Amino acid sequence: MAAKFDTPKLFENIEIIDTPKYEADTMAHSSPFVAKAKHNEPIGFPGELVDNWEEKAVFRLGELVDGSRALRTFLDSCVKCGACADKCHYFLGTKDPKNMPVARQDLLRSIYRRYYTFAGKYFPKLVGARDMDKSVMDEWYSYFHQCSQCRRCSVFCPYGIDTAEISMAARDIMDTVGKGQKYSNEILGKLHTIGNNLGLPEKALANTLEELEEEVEEDTGFAVKFPLDVKGADVLLITPSADFFAEPHIDGLIGYGKVFHQAGISWTLSSYASEAANFSMFIGSSDNLKKVAERIRDAARELGVKRIIVGECGHAWRVAYSFWNTLVGPFDFLDPRYPAPQHIVEFTHDLIQRGGLNLDKEANDHRRITFHDSCNVARASRMGNIPGGQFILPRELITASANNFFDMSPETIHENTFCCGGGGGLLTDDLLELRIKGAMPRMQALKQVVDEHQVNTMVAICAICKAQFNKALPAYQFPMSMITSLHHVVGDAIQLGTKD
Amino acid sequence: MTLSVVFALLFYSATILLVVGVGRKIVIYARTPAPLKIPTTPAPTTRRGVVWRMTKEITVFQSLFKSDKWVWLFGWVFHAALALVLLRHLRYFQEPVWTVVALIQPFGKYAAFAMIFGLAGLWARRFLVDRVRYISTLSDHLMLALIIAIGLSGLGIKYIAHTDIIALKAYMMGLMYFDLQPLPDDGFVLVHLSLVITLMVIFPISKLLHVPGLFFMPTRTQVDNPREVRHTAGWTAK
Repeated sequence: MAAKFDTPKLFENIEIIDTPKYEADTMAHSSPFVAKAKHNEPIGFPGELVDNWEEKAVFRLGELVDGSRALRTFLDSCVKCGACADKCHYFLGTKDPKNMPVARQDLLRSIYRRYYTFAGKYFPKLVGARDMDKSVMDEWYSYFHQCSQCRRCSVFCPYGIDTAEISMAARDIMDTVGKGQKYSNEILGKLHTIGNNLGLPEKALANTLEELEEEVEEDTGFAVKFPLDVKGADVLLITPSADFFAEPHIDGLIGYGKVFHQAGISWTLSSYASEAANFSMFIGSSDNLKKVAERIRDAARELGVKRIIVGECGHAWRVAYSFWNTLVGPFDFLDPRYPAPQHIVEFTHDLIQRGGLNLDKEANDHRRITFHDSCNVARASRMGNIPGGQFILPRELITASANNFFDMSPETIHENTFCCGGGGGLLTDDLLELRIKGAMPRMQALKQVVDEHQVNTMVAICAICKAQFNKALPAYQFPMSMITSLHHVVGDAIQLGTKD
Repeated sequence: MTLSVVFALLFYSATILLVVGVGRKIVIYARTPAPLKIPTTPAPTTRRGVVWRMTKEITVFQSLFKSDKWVWLFGWVFHAALALVLLRHLRYFQEPVWTVVALIQPFGKYAAFAMIFGLAGLWARRFLVDRVRYISTLSDHLMLALIIAIGLSGLGIKYIAHTDIIALKAYMMGLMYFDLQPLPDDGFVLVHLSLVITLMVIFPISKLLHVPGLFFMPTRTQVDNPREVRHTAGWTAK
């Protein structure tokens, strides 16, 4: 386990982004558990570090650069202007200079230069190129697992260089030579064999949903259903498996159920594709990315649904919105009147617009709410028809369901949002120190609205954010119960029985 | 006359290296597939919108402005001044001189000062800001030194030791029409031209590739329409 560490102090006088002087190697010790053969092999990677791994890693880098215009232009074009240097939450929280996006990129760029550029081949010292060796690999393993692939740097880079792409490539290379990360690889294995990250088999899932139905009926007096594997349902809901029993995720699931209930739209979950998450993106694995997406398309065909709706999950929405059509499309077997896929927020928002939901805002009067934009939703996807809809729609759901809403400071929301600190395959206890320190900028912004507006609820639309805040909030002396699901707030406002 | 020949050969070689080198990179960038849709959002939903986004990035450095006002100030002033300087220099390569080139002459003359101001600011950051000092390599310093030296030697020609500018123009025009003329052998001229030749040669093998690279960044140039239009390329097209 990680050694003891101090949680960063929040400032008394609000200064949302205080850029620290760097302190070298403060996080050099941070490194996630290494995957074993049983984690790597099922998802197509060698069980342990292969012979000649240095050569193979360099070769793989060449393949990736040849196959990705992004990677190639990103590696060639950086001028080291430093615009990104103070934009990463991990740098702000840890002060480790290798957590500056440009420095993180250079861990890989230095190898690219050495083997694939004229300057690096003949004048390595001049341009900071270096040979691939064990110390490089160790550094990669540590610092490419200190990037949550949140893309905040990419917003601020004058060229749009995205460190996420570079960290995905580095993780792909490490997996290819047999040095995988246990957390992500183990989870992907479960997803391939059982259908969800948690390894929750069909029977357990069915039982969980049944119990949930009983619970909700007891609480509300209404028979809100949580259907599983219903052929011919209109909607297939693909949601992160954490929604099935983690807190506060499950309150979101209950909210979706209430929305479908009041809208009178038939829906179903799938036991075969009981997971929205696709950790293949985090490890940059194209084969796995596609394979996981195929499960969902196949489930939709098998069940004969008309629409696919995705639950509250950040990276899953990126994969669904940005990649599904490319990976496993076209979705010509679905009803063309609806976007494929559709976000649950888009769905609920549309219902509200058409008067399909009866909402009682006063039901949420005990809540003073702020909204945390999740990175992958904010900077890698969209909702609705206009750019930036991903910021507007969730906020409109909140203000339609509650009276007290307060946004955090503008430089920390919308496309400027700070990562929760646990995204990108880092939501594991062996990285707890990194996660807590990386949450600092978000916690700082939260403190401001708590102090000024007595905010007591932070709403998120991402399973990882919610789980991460469960750990981060108490570390910064906020109550853990502050974090909740957007559809929890919506669900609490829905007046069941008024539309039946 | 030896000097004229040597510089002629250097100019021809450097031009070939620059054009072939950058041209090759552009072809490589264009041919390398972008398998997935990865625009940094919010992004335009139409091609026209992307053109507008890129226009703002290229003309006013929109993202950089959002990011860091000092880098923006120094960087933008340097690039804008450089554009003026380059435009002004066109007069040495054309007869008659284009109207636009003639019109900017009064501004172009002073642009070199602005250019050096911007570069000096950028260079100062590499020493004064701890983060930027950390990420700077020797080549980052040398690049700034080179461009500043080009600017200073140019100012030397203009303000310290005038050269026979008519003869210099005749030499440059001669290079273009393969009709070799004598090159004025003034110190500042030779230093200025040598440094420019150096810059031309290292352009395609250095971070100056951000110039063509910028136009191929999927994060900025892709249209945000993955649900409406099925995108495939590279491994996703197989």
